[in-house]
Amino acid sequence: MSEKIIEFDNVTYVYDAEDEEAEVREKPALSDVSFSINKGEFVAVLGHNGSGKSTLAKLCNAIFEPTKGTVKVKGMVADSEEKADEIRRIVGMVFQNPDNQIVATIVEDDVAFGPENLGVEPKEIRRRVDEALKSVNMYEFRHREPHKLSGGQKQRVAIAGVIAMQTECIVLDEPTAMLDPKGREEVMQTVKRLNSELGITIVLVTHFMDEAVQADRVIVVDSGRLVMDGKPKEVFSKVEKLRSFGLDVPQSTELCHVLGIKEGVIGIDECVDEISKYLGGAR
Amino acid sequence: MIRDITIGQYYPADSVLHRLDPRIKLIVTFWLIVVIFLCKSFLSLALIALTAVAAAAISKVPPKMLLKSLKPIVIILIFTAVLNVIYTQGGAVYFEWWKISITQKGVNTAIFTMVRIVTLVVISSLLTYTTTPTMLTDALERLLSPLKIFKIKVHTLAMMMTLALRFIPTLIEEIDRIMNAQKARGADLETGNLIQRAKALVPIFVPLMVSSFRRAYELAFAMTCRCYTGGEGRTRMKQMKTAFRDYAVLFFCAAITAGVIVLNIYFKTVI
Repeated sequence: MSEKIIEFDNVTYVYDAEDEEAEVREKPALSDVSFSINKGEFVAVLGHNGSGKSTLAKLCNAIFEPTKGTVKVKGMVADSEEKADEIRRIVGMVFQNPDNQIVATIVEDDVAFGPENLGVEPKEIRRRVDEALKSVNMYEFRHREPHKLSGGQKQRVAIAGVIAMQTECIVLDEPTAMLDPKGREEVMQTVKRLNSELGITIVLVTHFMDEAVQADRVIVVDSGRLVMDGKPKEVFSKVEKLRSFGLDVPQSTELCHVLGIKEGVIGIDECVDEISKYLGGAR
Repeated sequence: MIRDITIGQYYPADSVLHRLDPRIKLIVTFWLIVVIFLCKSFLSLALIALTAVAAAAISKVPPKMLLKSLKPIVIILIFTAVLNVIYTQGGAVYFEWWKISITQKGVNTAIFTMVRIVTLVVISSLLTYTTTPTMLTDALERLLSPLKIFKIKVHTLAMMMTLALRFIPTLIEEIDRIMNAQKARGADLETGNLIQRAKALVPIFVPLMVSSFRRAYELAFAMTCRCYTGGEGRTRMKQMKTAFRDYAVLFFCAAITAGVIVLNIYFKTVI
């Protein structure tokens, strides 16, 4: 198929791996995980708290180094500082708390922080910053102070900061966990548009089923193991299996499951269609 | 209420002072402060005071805001005026009672000192009114960059300053949240003597410290992710360029300095 951007090959990650004893005692956060992500894909990583999904995200751009196995980004392994830096130019990251990732006191200065670090020409930075802010619909706020923005707006500024670096892939580590429903919607719209319009590969770590549904592919992690991998429809058709990992299914899927109409129903529209079909009505 | 705080006291407007190169603004501010202390006669002081008033008018900063920045120094002004009137003796005696005598020289010195302090405050607050904190730290970084030869990490210092400024509102919000949380658990923050109240602050500062360290840790991650590796090889979006107006301002400053010196020589010194 298409080009692989991130490859995990039998990756195991243990916190405090430097300590010999700890390695024996502590349970690995990730054990023997293998998968690859293609360029342009929109992948959701699902898992309940402590399943290792955040660790997985941090392995993607060389913040963590795998204890065993290899993580390759465009065929590169982060074995030196330079390589790690190179990888971070390809894979950008957005964290959970927008407050802890904004560096400057003015929105546009913050978006410029990444490209400035890359040593981009001032004029080019200006162009990229304007473009990035426009693509997350925050251009009118460019002269504002970040602490006066709402959570969703701050998170979109953080996303713009990564877009301005022109990374090919963006990893979002629970970007909506601290936001209200409105902010969550704003961020999800932005993420989806980046994927479809700019062709940026998206890895979305989340525990919201309704967000995972919108991806092309869903990876489910439980106790450090990759347990499911497939299209949202396939994954969500296994309601009981998901439950055993402490995960819920989207409401529409659950409704059709409980009613025993059909498995793997995704989205309100499909749910309505299926129910009306079941009732013998036409729509 | 807490969301409304502005860092520093920047007043956004479009004026020549706002557009000046921040480096030049910093230099000029320090220069003029030195000149204020060079003044020895009323006329030279008047010259610099007029300059300050003219600059204030050009800056488009409302006079009300400038007056507000003078408010904290009112007590200092009164105090120095009274001391000067009482302790400086000489010239015609206006008023005498017991051991206190008010003389011409005393009154002159008092007025002189007051005008001097007011001018000083107006000039320095004009700098902070017309320059954002980010621009100030940037300018400082660049002006101090020659210190690199002494192995002083100017960039790191400037970055620390920027981050500190950035996190002031965040931490204020956090303190507010922790205080409410402790109040909800029955913490008494408002009554008791000084020692009791100081003790009551411990359950606020401990969580604040812990969360600050956590924030710092996460911020470091986020900065690494955005390829921050220190000052080397970094470029800037906002270049600082000196334009004609910057040189004009420097020339103007030189002219004022010359004027002050000349007036000092030809007119009677007050101090």
